[in-house]
Amino acid sequence: MNIFSFDNTFEGLLTLVYESYERKEFPDEILCGEGGQGGLFESTITITTDDQKAGRVWKGIVSHSSEVNAHRIYRVFLAGMPDTPLLLAKYIRLVIDSSKNEETNFSEPVVLEINKLHQKVCKEAHRVQMFVRFQKTVEGSYYASFAPLYDVLPLCIPHFRDRYADQPWIIYDLKRNYGFWYDLKDVSRVVFDDLKVNVQNGQLHSSLLSQDEKHFQQLWKQYYHSICIQERKNDKVHRQLLPQRFWKYLPEKGIL
Amino acid sequence: MISESSLEKLKILAGAAKYDVSCASSGTSRSNTNGGIGNASGWGICHSFTEDGRCVSLLKIMLSNFCIYDCAYCINRKSNDIPRTSFTPEEIANLTIEFYRRNYIEGLFLSSGVLRNPDYTMERMVSVAKLLRIEHKYNGYIHLKAIPGASPQLIADAGRWADRLSVNIEIPTENNLKLLAPDKDFKSVLEPMKIISTNILESKEERKKYRTAPLFSPSGQSTQLIIGATDDTDHTILKLSSALYLRRDLKRVYYSGYIPVNSYDNRLPALNTPPLRREHRLYQADWLMRFYGFKSNEIVNADHPNLDLELDPKVTWALRNPHLFPVDINKADPLMLLRIPGVGTHSVQLILLARKHNRLNSSHLQKMGVVMKRAKFFITCNELCSQNIQDLKPEIVRQLLLEKKTVGNDGAIQLKLFNPGMPALK
Repeated sequence: MNIFSFDNTFEGLLTLVYESYERKEFPDEILCGEGGQGGLFESTITITTDDQKAGRVWKGIVSHSSEVNAHRIYRVFLAGMPDTPLLLAKYIRLVIDSSKNEETNFSEPVVLEINKLHQKVCKEAHRVQMFVRFQKTVEGSYYASFAPLYDVLPLCIPHFRDRYADQPWIIYDLKRNYGFWYDLKDVSRVVFDDLKVNVQNGQLHSSLLSQDEKHFQQLWKQYYHSICIQERKNDKVHRQLLPQRFWKYLPEKGIL
Repeated sequence: MISESSLEKLKILAGAAKYDVSCASSGTSRSNTNGGIGNASGWGICHSFTEDGRCVSLLKIMLSNFCIYDCAYCINRKSNDIPRTSFTPEEIANLTIEFYRRNYIEGLFLSSGVLRNPDYTMERMVSVAKLLRIEHKYNGYIHLKAIPGASPQLIADAGRWADRLSVNIEIPTENNLKLLAPDKDFKSVLEPMKIISTNILESKEERKKYRTAPLFSPSGQSTQLIIGATDDTDHTILKLSSALYLRRDLKRVYYSGYIPVNSYDNRLPALNTPPLRREHRLYQADWLMRFYGFKSNEIVNADHPNLDLELDPKVTWALRNPHLFPVDINKADPLMLLRIPGVGTHSVQLILLARKHNRLNSSHLQKMGVVMKRAKFFITCNELCSQNIQDLKPEIVRQLLLEKKTVGNDGAIQLKLFNPGMPALK
């Protein structure tokens, strides 16, 4: 059994694919980070990320399928589930080994699985755009906490940057403890060690909030309840469309 | 700064606007410009969902709920004794911006009761859009209601600032409209629609010649029909929608199940629950016309004036046309694939791509998302199939399809159309 371990970066995964071709040994299991727990008798092949090798594999994917497919692979990687790297390694091998473009061969289980996971990742990214709620701070910037299922924040940044170009903002992933900060010029990645935020509902400490922030949250909540038609109540559809895991971050759902 | 009384005003004027079902924020793709705020994303984004399962995409609000008209189906009719209030254009603009900056909403949907006269009302509504676009450098989505009877100049002005305009027909036949809304007739509603569609066409032509020619209501116009307040059949309703799509180039016709807001008025039927299932079937039929290549008279016609409430319109169409089935999944052309019950637009795309690689069988189809419990009666694929509609009789297939269905209470399947995958389809 071939066990590989890599540093859990996208470039690392591409390097892993490169190395497996060079060794003519393909992974049966892939460990993330400093693994080394690959069972008693097996030895683990540890991959050192190499941008050049990763670049070769990226080009290989593009020439055997398409640029769109290469980007699809990147987005699926962001799903970050324990078995995602192995699934991707299998998929990349299928794409590279085939003489025709396999990306639309939906009768092949791996292809279909990749496409389903891709859809899930894109949906989660879309949900960030839907359900992020900014709070205005005392110094006039806008802050939002979120905890997406997958690591999709990087996919949403262009949208927020274009839409909220005239206000400084921070979107912070509480689950992965990092975020993005826009200062009216550039977006940069930030990590806070002492974030004064209530992890229960993502709300900043009230001393940091602008004076009228609570007032607008209240107005929004009032609006949300006034627009509902009681005669048409439909809890099942409501929960399907607005899953409960998001409720704690939404002022309209919270107790203020 | 918005005062405390704004909470009460918001309650009244949002409550007054909620019966308008339009929520689309799609159809315009516009980047943020000149250091302003906002953009319009082509697909539209829903930002929340209320407990009735409807999406909240826009700040849907009335400028005022005072009205000089007395339409029987409307909560804001002048003879109703309800709290009345108005926002100023500045208040609406500020509220929109504050909500928008917090990512609560995708834009503004402004409607109004008719104050003094249609022109006065329309002018105030246009002034809100102007305030947002000019003062606040706002590039987000704006939907304005065109007030029936407003002058063509004002409607033309509205279309320059808004992304979408709409005029609600509400009642599908002129006789019933006159009965329920004595101050209105078909002309007063259809005239603004015509002005809007002419302006849209002209602007499109202009933009072919000059790339910088001004846009007019770039994501088109829509309308709404109330279902179940009158005795109009689904045939009448869908014939009207179909004509609107074809001749007025509407982006959407919305169907709103009648909710007895003025139960004292005996011109209206007494309903215990709104006709949600019928409304759902109408939306399905509407989807068939817009995305599946169906004509309205294939779905309903003089022989079958109403939609079947128990089965969806595509299935009932297929059962009436058994000679066209079974369809070979591996050979049929795209338009025929779209007509198979249980096969949606997404599945058709996957099938077309995948069948270039391999011959497909039923287990492939299942995994691709085809609803086999319906489709299996209408297809053949690369294997021995179970009994299809030719082996069985349409009546038997109908029975089999009904058995599998667990019929919930009337609202159970309602509004699944608004799923976040296609949040606010044009």
